[in-house]
Amino acid sequence: MILSRKWLNEFVELPIDEYDDKRFAEAMTISGSKGEVTEDLSKTIDNVKVGRIVKLEKHPNSDHMLVCQLDVGGEEPVQICTGAWNVHEGDLVPVALHKSLLPGGVKIEKGKLRGVASYGMLCSLKELGMTAVHDYPYAVIKAAAILGDYHPIDPAKPSISHDIHHGDVIFGSVVAADVLHIERFETYKWKVELDLGFRLVDIVTDCQNIHVGDMIAYDSKRGIICTLADLRAKQEEFPHCIEDGIFVLHEDCKPGDDVGKLIGLDDHVVEFEITPNRPDCLCMIGLAREAAVTFGKELKLHEPVVKARARGDINDHAKIIIEEPELCPRYTARLVKNVRIAPSPEWMRQRIRNAGMRPINNIVDITNYVMLEYGQPMHAFDFSCVDNGEIHVRCAREGETIRTLDGTERKLSTSMLCICDTDKPVAVAGVMGGENSEIVGDTAMVLFESANFNGPSVRRTATALGMRTDASARFEKGLDLDNTVAAVERACELIELLGAGEVMEGIIDVLPKPIEKRTVKLEVEKINALLGTDIAEETMRDILTQLGFTLEGDTICVPSWRGDVEHYSDIAEEVARFYGYNEIPVEFTGAISTCGGFTDVQQCEREIGLACRSMGMDEIITYSFISPTYYDKIRMPADSPLRDSLRILNPLGEDTSIMRTTILPSMLEIISRNYSFRNKAAALYEIGRIYLKREDGLADEPKIVSIGAYGNGVDFFVLKGWVEELIAQLGAKSAKFVAERENPSYHPGRCAKVYVGGTYIGVMGQIHPEVAKNYGVDAEIYCAELSFEALYSVKGGIPVYKPLPRFPATTRDIAVVCDSSIPVGELKDCILENGGAYLTDCSLFDVYTGDRVAEGKKSVAFSLTMRAEDQTLTDEHAESTVKAVLEALEKQFGAVIR
Amino acid sequence: MKELMQGLREASIKAISECGSIEELEALRVKYLGKKGELTGILRQMGKLSAEERPIMGQLANKLREDIENALEESKNSLGEKLMEAKLADETIDVTLPGVAHKSGHKHPMYNVLDQIKDIFIGMGFEIVDGPEVELSDYNFTKLNIDGGHPSREWTDTFYFTEDSKICLRTQTSPMQVHAMEKGVLPIRMIAPGRVYRKDEVDATHSPMFHQIEGMVIDKGVTMADLKATLNLVVEKIYGEGTVTRFRPHHFPFTEPSCEMDIQCHKCGGKGCPTCKGEGWIEVLGAGMVHPKVLAGCGIDPDEYSGWAFGMGLERLAMGEYKINDLRLIFENDIRFLEQF
Repeated sequence: MILSRKWLNEFVELPIDEYDDKRFAEAMTISGSKGEVTEDLSKTIDNVKVGRIVKLEKHPNSDHMLVCQLDVGGEEPVQICTGAWNVHEGDLVPVALHKSLLPGGVKIEKGKLRGVASYGMLCSLKELGMTAVHDYPYAVIKAAAILGDYHPIDPAKPSISHDIHHGDVIFGSVVAADVLHIERFETYKWKVELDLGFRLVDIVTDCQNIHVGDMIAYDSKRGIICTLADLRAKQEEFPHCIEDGIFVLHEDCKPGDDVGKLIGLDDHVVEFEITPNRPDCLCMIGLAREAAVTFGKELKLHEPVVKARARGDINDHAKIIIEEPELCPRYTARLVKNVRIAPSPEWMRQRIRNAGMRPINNIVDITNYVMLEYGQPMHAFDFSCVDNGEIHVRCAREGETIRTLDGTERKLSTSMLCICDTDKPVAVAGVMGGENSEIVGDTAMVLFESANFNGPSVRRTATALGMRTDASARFEKGLDLDNTVAAVERACELIELLGAGEVMEGIIDVLPKPIEKRTVKLEVEKINALLGTDIAEETMRDILTQLGFTLEGDTICVPSWRGDVEHYSDIAEEVARFYGYNEIPVEFTGAISTCGGFTDVQQCEREIGLACRSMGMDEIITYSFISPTYYDKIRMPADSPLRDSLRILNPLGEDTSIMRTTILPSMLEIISRNYSFRNKAAALYEIGRIYLKREDGLADEPKIVSIGAYGNGVDFFVLKGWVEELIAQLGAKSAKFVAERENPSYHPGRCAKVYVGGTYIGVMGQIHPEVAKNYGVDAEIYCAELSFEALYSVKGGIPVYKPLPRFPATTRDIAVVCDSSIPVGELKDCILENGGAYLTDCSLFDVYTGDRVAEGKKSVAFSLTMRAEDQTLTDEHAESTVKAVLEALEKQFGAVIR
Repeated sequence: MKELMQGLREASIKAISECGSIEELEALRVKYLGKKGELTGILRQMGKLSAEERPIMGQLANKLREDIENALEESKNSLGEKLMEAKLADETIDVTLPGVAHKSGHKHPMYNVLDQIKDIFIGMGFEIVDGPEVELSDYNFTKLNIDGGHPSREWTDTFYFTEDSKICLRTQTSPMQVHAMEKGVLPIRMIAPGRVYRKDEVDATHSPMFHQIEGMVIDKGVTMADLKATLNLVVEKIYGEGTVTRFRPHHFPFTEPSCEMDIQCHKCGGKGCPTCKGEGWIEVLGAGMVHPKVLAGCGIDPDEYSGWAFGMGLERLAMGEYKINDLRLIFENDIRFLEQF
């Protein structure tokens, strides 16, 4: 909502020099209406003055420029060159003087144009940031075709002869004529004397670019000076005869006046962000009420008065039937006849413009003005287009369409509320009117609609049609049911004030259900207890009364425009807003009786993260949703139950359409991205959720510890080392790895299932080269997917101290030869199981295959560590341990000492 | 004999003092003090002496042995020092050569900030709770006083799993307020960080998935003054001591009164600059007193208990802290980005 400070002063006196924009916006922000941006419009224009053209001459060195002498209120005239031809001696024009600023930030300085000094620039409307059509309809420019400006498209074949003279026929009844004399006839009309060669004629023209000495094309049959269109000529043939030019002022002004002020830029605007619960603040009166209470000023409201002198009563001409009272709880209308469509007055156009809207014509401007003032969107129908004078508020019928005011044909659905006559829709309720009932130049009778529509319904319709308008944006928040009459009265008052038509008697006001009065009890103690304050009852009553609440004893009557207030806590907010949120004390009112901290589960998660980072992995965060095609990318079998993902019915796109049931694609996506960024190596981890469908439609959301890496010498055993260390850091028993050949996402020979005790932890290994290829990675990728829940379940407790050894350890190395298919892990398990009481450790130090062992065999070497707690071990002790180990290896695996 | 000893003394002390290496020194020790050394040689002649002279000469001889030993020790020490010096000189390295790289991993910058916030709240007696992301609309909206017609419920804004709009991806962490209250254990002091989802196209400031931190306190006699005191402390911890704050009225359906909290722009000190969009203040979080309707709906008597809650966006906080200018970097996970933090 953009607020004009000048307009605001009509309701609350807050002069800008006393309440500058910063002070104003900040105080409003603190009381709940957030002032976002403030702008001093007068700063957008500087040193642009009204000038009167006292002398106009052709430029000595240019065939299309004019040199003007201008009276800008100073002692000496100012000389300015212009290329525009629509100016004449005596015209008042906006002059951007030397060192001036125009809206949009353009700076003007003096210069020389083809050798002639020019001390500024004459301005067009565009240069002032406006358009003729919307802002100054009287300034629309019509250009005659000046024959001296003719430039044939093909110089060899000109349509008009180079040496044409007055009296020569151009075609049909069109002849060339010289302009002998020109004088102003009325606003934008000139009396011109033409020499046709064989006779002189006097005519009146509204072409503004004609000067004495010009040769023009005169249509003797129609008695007009031809424009380009009349000659069926192209713009490029008459490059300087354009329907654009200097803004010739017809305002109450004199040379030297400030143009910024003249066009309404002597204003300050403040843009407010209004929260959705306060649609009553989306208008001048609503914001004025807030401002009045904020600054402790009087709110001056005006009661509209309609004379309604036209003969006839609306009730004899129009009938309104609400067929959907849920969607349209109120419809109010008045009728205006003998309408005279014209531009609205300058003051109204300025206010509309400064509020960020475009002036159109008096009727449309009145509806917009009332919306800005009262917050009640209105619509004006050309009543002659409403068949049988009947308005039916109903939902669209199957297959109905409407061409809206923006010229677009819209298909309507049966949930969309429309304003219809007996036959067809004439407007989409609360959104936009139809072209079939648009206010046009010859509209004679206007029906003003001031209605209340259901917010969500308007919002859905506007969204479905893709047309959020100023009206729909207000309706969708739910407007004051009791505002429709005042708004339509104000519109009719303005009609009479502007002389735009005659208001007929009577008003139609259909209100299917009476308005409920809402009351809340004033509970002073409860409010103070909630806020932690000690605000006096009197203060509370004052604030509420100023805001428009009425109090009868302890009963607060909520005004109709405050649909958001229904509870004592809402009253507390009203009181707090104006007492001042920042005046509420800052203090702890209660003793803290809770003991915060991380839970064991959270602590475990932190430990895992720390372990991963200490091993060099970077943490990543990935999206929880993926594309269903990602399952194919990781070669998930077609019948895998994991393909049964929770599917988002309205996703942003396929790529984010299902909730992941495996975290692997997310990791691979990031690996792939880093690889494509030419990062030589990456080691990453994430503790993220997967989402598994549940019977009740919700999800189990277990966390997975996802690890992924490539490059920098990472291979299966580096990854395995990480997984082992991670498990060790948790104080869990050591992990077991079992070869996994069936997981299609992994390399069948380089994948393992991880167990601790009997608990399955997850899977790890090299990603299948096909999968890597699917992700565009031409390197070995290693990943692990470990269940956080399982890791937590095997986490060790508090460590118990074991006495440090008092006697030295003895080591023995052994090497055995066995079938190369026997996993080393099993050999090791066998050694540890059979080594007896003294064997404390067994570590692999060599695996050899090659010339020195038989085909199909391998040599495996272990270092055995033995120790006793009560004695130094002798050679005999050691030898007997080794013997037991070797016997067991031979018995179980046929492994023999090498 | 006395003269012999004197001669030995002078010769040995001189030789020892001129000695250049440990090996030579050892040879001198053998030469003078060894079993077949010169001093032994002299002592062998003791037999020839009278009983009166013997103890005197014995004393002299012992003194001489002691002195030679001392001289040897002294020389050995000084030779050792020289040797060490030479060795150290020999071992000198170019200390500007690179160290052996050790790569530790990096926490994601956003979780750095999150952990900082968790620590702050834990220090104030808060617990951290976690809850479902696939959520009932009842919890995400209805129980939070967000009515059926509210725009945030539209399919254009919220992701749904069922045609009847009953199951959605949570759009805020606020349903954690309801979960916490429904557990029925009072008082409550909790924060609930987590992922939330809204139907926003990805750009420099939007993402369909992002993170929020919810916080709530429910107890007897909790007031808005409490809310201000706690959040002021938290904000000072995050943004530094002396950070100036203000509270502005705002609107959330599940708190009443509601507010937004701003900090004074640290760049311009409140004068207005591009960082604060000329306002002098930067919004940091939304908060308010838990709506009595919400309390009652969760089975808590609003006449007995009251509470306050807040919510803040984590991405924006992290982006502010680390001056990250594009949200997409957060989820892109380029290691060249991650390893900066």
